[in-house]
Amino acid sequence: MVPLSWYIILSSVMFSIGVFGFLTRRNLLIIFISIELMLNSVNISFVAFSHYLQSMRGQIMVFFVITVAAAEAAIGLAILIAYYKNNPTIRVDEINLLKG
Amino acid sequence: MTTSQIFFGYFATVMTVLSLLVVTRKNPVHSVLWMLVLFIHMAALYLFLNAEFLAAIQMIVYAGAILVLFLFVVMMINLNKEETMPKFNSQWPVGLGIGIILAGFLVSIAGKITVLPELGKYSIEAVRAEGSMMTVGKVLYTEYLLPFEIASIVLLVAIIGAVVLAKKRIE
Repeated sequence: MVPLSWYIILSSVMFSIGVFGFLTRRNLLIIFISIELMLNSVNISFVAFSHYLQSMRGQIMVFFVITVAAAEAAIGLAILIAYYKNNPTIRVDEINLLKG
Repeated sequence: MTTSQIFFGYFATVMTVLSLLVVTRKNPVHSVLWMLVLFIHMAALYLFLNAEFLAAIQMIVYAGAILVLFLFVVMMINLNKEETMPKFNSQWPVGLGIGIILAGFLVSIAGKITVLPELGKYSIEAVRAEGSMMTVGKVLYTEYLLPFEIASIVLLVAIIGAVVLAKKRIE
């Protein structure tokens, strides 16, 4: 039997890697991918708790997290495309202008 | 070491390495493709935790829809200019420090979870008798009906927002 804490450790390590990518990368697309990585690591701990506590709530929460992640990816990438039409760059340290 | 622990050890190692690959590749296409492998491993881990419905959703929604969206956006962007630039920003040591401190903090409290609520009624046998999808569906459409409807509104807003933001400006 795998202890619950192993899942929590895996989830926290993946979350920290996502935080590291979010804080350090220049490319806006990879920053979005890091956010997806963080959301997924949280999903792992939700499902692990759901299994070990024999409750369905964790799985329902994962369902909603996936919904929000899909909405976030769609809106975020649309903003990226809208910005790229005006200023062709996706490097966050060069993005300093919002008005087109 | 039991079989399940070896299985989990393989998945934990591979998923950690894949996460590191995702955040450190220079080319976003490589990042997205490593993310695809990561999602497949994650779906297998959900199967291991008796969440068949979520494993299917992980493959269909994340690997099938969200990653394809990322790949389409990668195709619309000129990557040649980005390839020549350094991939980390100038504050990367601070980011690395924050990541390591956060990981150390979270890992140190992971083993100390002792107070857990009492077990619910959805044991493995109860779920297996009805099927994973039917169990999730029953809870979702009774206890969580209002959040489910709000989720549909969130998706509607996302659709309208994405179309409005990405369309050509009409003068």
